[in-house]
Amino acid sequence: MQKYSIFNLIKNAFSGHQNWDLAWKDPTPKKEYDVVIIGGGGHGLATAYYLAKEHNITNVAIIEKGWIGGGNIGRNTTIIRSNYMHDDNALFSEFGMDLWRRMSQDLNYNVMFSPRGIINLAHSDAQMNVYARRGNSMRLNGIDAILLSREEVKEIIPMADFSDNVRFPIFGALMQPSAGTARHDAVAWGYARQADSMGVDIIQNCEVTGFDVVGGKIQGVRTSRGDIKVKKIGLCVAGSTNILVEKLNMTIPVETHLLQACVSEPVKPVLDRVVTFGAGHFYISQSDKGEMVMGGDLDGYNSYAQRGNLPTLQHVLTEGIAMMPFLSKLKMLRTWGGIMDMSMDGSPIIDKTHIEGLYLNCGWCYGGFKATPASGWTFAHTIAQDRVHKLNAGYSLSRFNTGHLLDEKGLGTKTWIS
Amino acid sequence: MLHIKCPHCGMRSQNEFSYGGDATVKRPELNKEVSDKDWDNFVYNRKSLRGKHKELWQHISGCRQWIKVERDTATHEIFKTVKASEDI
Repeated sequence: MQKYSIFNLIKNAFSGHQNWDLAWKDPTPKKEYDVVIIGGGGHGLATAYYLAKEHNITNVAIIEKGWIGGGNIGRNTTIIRSNYMHDDNALFSEFGMDLWRRMSQDLNYNVMFSPRGIINLAHSDAQMNVYARRGNSMRLNGIDAILLSREEVKEIIPMADFSDNVRFPIFGALMQPSAGTARHDAVAWGYARQADSMGVDIIQNCEVTGFDVVGGKIQGVRTSRGDIKVKKIGLCVAGSTNILVEKLNMTIPVETHLLQACVSEPVKPVLDRVVTFGAGHFYISQSDKGEMVMGGDLDGYNSYAQRGNLPTLQHVLTEGIAMMPFLSKLKMLRTWGGIMDMSMDGSPIIDKTHIEGLYLNCGWCYGGFKATPASGWTFAHTIAQDRVHKLNAGYSLSRFNTGHLLDEKGLGTKTWIS
Repeated sequence: MLHIKCPHCGMRSQNEFSYGGDATVKRPELNKEVSDKDWDNFVYNRKSLRGKHKELWQHISGCRQWIKVERDTATHEIFKTVKASEDI
């Protein structure tokens, strides 16, 4: 594989950039693999990469129905953070933050990680107390957190509404300075390129049609491009998990819902942080191209439509304008909808299943993008070692049965109740 | 925007409704031995079908009645709405 460097850039300039290697190959599926990862999104690609890199398992195929990086890693608001209170979430996410910081060097691919900090606004004394508690919990787990006063917030984001007669006045904020954003597509492409270079087969336009399970053990997977013999399958298809587990006669504590996001027309740099509204559900950052990237609530009913409805968008943007009135002057450039695995407690599942050789990675709710490296790393460990790592032990499938729910914010499928 | 025909009030916009999830889930019978698995299936596990889906909605900004709706989760087409007490 050609290294991406300034020297290779200059060298290839002489041949008009016509002789670069393909970033990944387009192989035909083999008859047998050691591991098959279903789903060529961020998490699936990262899993294959860490299987090869950390566990030296390279006879691996990634099977993708469409094209790689075409699902939720291609349609998110690129926010990366680890501002969680519960240990299981905090330690998992902070492990991921370390991987994010090293990712561009590690993958030899510029993922444009920008640790610009995230500011969660508080709009009451009670909320300031809650954020102080969350910040203290974060610091006990080694994560940076600062509680900001109203005046300190005003210095950082003066464009927010600090006038007197507002419905939700800004009392202060909790900030995680090390949080940020990254170039989402580059994450998928970077993982794909490195996984391919280590021998992983990336098989696109290949739909899974069924599974061969004999005596409670995985024996193979049936696809639109032929049957494949394999003993270990990693299911990594957030947004379509319900559809695939139905082929295995499983039901899981997940519903599939639709989440919208949108970007405005590009404007000059105005916002150099990620900011969230504390009196509702709205988050915003500005991309390097100048667009304001915004998102909020689910549409609120089961959906596989990949397109949203206007009432939710209107509701979300109303919150945005309440927080930053200048947004009302901007024109909307694009809106899009992605389908989410909404787990019942708002936390993901990375675990073994009752079928030997079937591993499950799902339930990412709103937070899948930031988890990409940590999810791939722990899922690869779970598949390779046939046991969960302590970092994903809290993300068990059995927690719904035993009552050990991980209800960080109480944001499961019924978000309108919280 | 969805338009949902409330069996009590007629055709109304989605804004007036609140979603209540899968309408086919049955609570385990009272005063009977219920396994953990049955409780799991009632409380947490969902099929979340792609295609025709029977679901509960509440006409919260209208008559406040719960209703049943059959809707396609891939196209948002609504086929049928009935009162909560009726079978769909």
